[in-house]
Amino acid sequence: MHMLTIDNLHARVEGKEILKGLSLAVKPGEVHAIMGPNGAGKSTLANVLSGRDGYEVTSGSVMFDGRDLLTLEPEERAAVGMFLAFQYPVEIPGVNNTYFLRAALNAQRKFRGEEELDSMRFLKLVREKLKVMQISDDLLHRAVNEGFSGGEKKRNEIFQMAVLEPKLAILDETDSGLDIDALKQVAEGVNALRSPDRSFLIVTHYQRLLDYIEPDFVHVLAGGRIVESGDKSLALKLEEQGYAWLADTHPELRKADLAGAPA
Amino acid sequence: MSQAPSPFVRAALDAATAVPASGIAWLDAARRENLASLAETGLPESRNEAWKYTPLRALSQRVFSLADAGVANGLAVDPALYALPGVDGSRIVFVDGVFRADLSSFEGGDGVSLAPLGAALAAQPEPLRFALANRYRRGAADAFAHLNAALAVDGLVLHIADNTDVARPVHVVHVSSGSQADTAWHVRVLIDVGQGARVDVLEHFVSLADATQLGTVVADVVVREGATLGLVVLQDASASTTLVRRTHVRVEANAAATVHALELGGALVRHELTTELVGDGARFDSRGVFALSGRQHVDTQLEVRHNARDTASDALWRGIADGRSRGVFRGAIVVAQGADGSDASLSNKNLLLSAQAEIDTKPELEIYADEVKAAHGATIGQLDERSLFYLRSRGIPLAQARSLLTLAFCRAALESLPNEALREHLGDLLVAHLPTGPSDPLAQ
Repeated sequence: MHMLTIDNLHARVEGKEILKGLSLAVKPGEVHAIMGPNGAGKSTLANVLSGRDGYEVTSGSVMFDGRDLLTLEPEERAAVGMFLAFQYPVEIPGVNNTYFLRAALNAQRKFRGEEELDSMRFLKLVREKLKVMQISDDLLHRAVNEGFSGGEKKRNEIFQMAVLEPKLAILDETDSGLDIDALKQVAEGVNALRSPDRSFLIVTHYQRLLDYIEPDFVHVLAGGRIVESGDKSLALKLEEQGYAWLADTHPELRKADLAGAPA
Repeated sequence: MSQAPSPFVRAALDAATAVPASGIAWLDAARRENLASLAETGLPESRNEAWKYTPLRALSQRVFSLADAGVANGLAVDPALYALPGVDGSRIVFVDGVFRADLSSFEGGDGVSLAPLGAALAAQPEPLRFALANRYRRGAADAFAHLNAALAVDGLVLHIADNTDVARPVHVVHVSSGSQADTAWHVRVLIDVGQGARVDVLEHFVSLADATQLGTVVADVVVREGATLGLVVLQDASASTTLVRRTHVRVEANAAATVHALELGGALVRHELTTELVGDGARFDSRGVFALSGRQHVDTQLEVRHNARDTASDALWRGIADGRSRGVFRGAIVVAQGADGSDASLSNKNLLLSAQAEIDTKPELEIYADEVKAAHGATIGQLDERSLFYLRSRGIPLAQARSLLTLAFCRAALESLPNEALREHLGDLLVAHLPTGPSDPLAQ
């Protein structure tokens, strides 16, 4: 049984077709990496799945845990177990980080018909999760992401994931802008959250994150579709050879689709 | 003015015939004089720059009789209507402008004198003469000031003796009964904070029920040398109420006045808050939020005059308009010649929550002195889509996300209120007034 089934997905942004028939299936507990050159549609995929405005699905379907995901509002997608770790987490002055997280968790629980957590039980949960991520207490008392360093923002994303316990976590270029120590910390956090019933979709331009989070499958997204799938050795091949070789097996791909080889 | 008085003015002139003579010659003369001025000037027109964004054409056609004092005296009022956490000192309550002894409670205490205007006049009229007789001579005020001066028979006189520290806030409550439709009430307020004294005052507007009523309040406040005044204004009147208020604050040397204002209710509301920093080292801080919806029109006119050396003022106001409401904010800073070393700043940021809402904001800066630090700015914007999506992606429903961001936007204006219980309550009230208020976003 698949947790996520994307079938022949087409999507437009500002009238321009970016996803052109993307299909992908993810089972519980699996870690899938989506790699691809710049402009291939990686972030579009993450945004379409999380329901951001401005991304128009023109055909295809996305089933998540037995539901038609595309009919759900962003907050409903969160409540049924989807989580997006943002490439650029947003700073929200005036909204306390802890308050925000409790409001989010309780909104999700309410949607699922579960009892809301009072502040005592919530704080207990937060303390448990703090042990997993190396987040200082101080960050909890500040406004959401306000004045956080790049690494702190990304760790905060993973910390939110730990508290919200999604079924599927999408990491959108989580490695971008991180130095190697911050990258390791984030990867440790993600690895601590791996479980047989939680899946990950790791969207990345570079292979290096996959040194620390080992994927079960690696897919190449180019020209708006998955054009190649394999195990982690595919990531290494991309690292060594770039994307240009894909033109040999996929003559329909234009040169521009394969530009921007990984560093 | 050559044209015939408007229905509004004619009704006020009629109402004046019902005002009993005070028996104090100078006071009755002043009332007559103000009435004559009102008849002569009429309501301000929109070509008057100060009223450009708050047109009074509709109001000028309306007719308000004087609220009946007998009715106002007999109305049952549940004190829960105006009970506020953190506000437990003396209380003076007016219902439709009529002082209600049964609802008021005065804590004696050394150095604190709080009395209804009627009683103060009966006891010793002469000390009040300057404020009541001289202030609103012809040409020195507009129609509403004249109206209030002519028709306000009640009010309050609060006097804090030198070096008196009043521990608990004084609660001034203006109740619009809502049971006397198309009536007007007028209240006059005189507050004198003696040298080195300290007091907190909460001015509170509420309604028992909703009806078209007009209320005017004219307040004169003096903060004497080295004194400290904390004034909180909570305007939570019913949706059909018209309120016109003028507050004049005079801050003497090394004294400090702080205002926190929350404007939530009313159909048509105008507050003119003018502060004069008249002594060296005087300071004035103002913080305010207006949160409007429906067809509300709320206009705040803030003016800060630096008339002495090394004076400081800081103003931080936030506005939110939803529905078809309209918010108006004018923030003027005037630094007079010779007021060297003054430091003034003013910020007014506004959020439009609907395409039909409107906010007009106008910062003004006039500087005639040297070595002055002055900064001012005003913005109008909308909720940030990226922030909204971020909150929603974590499971927070759209309505709650909007409310949370709106409240966050207002926070800076309320967070400096030292009375914690009151601050939290104001936050809750604000949330309840937001278009999509969830429970306690300020909690934790």
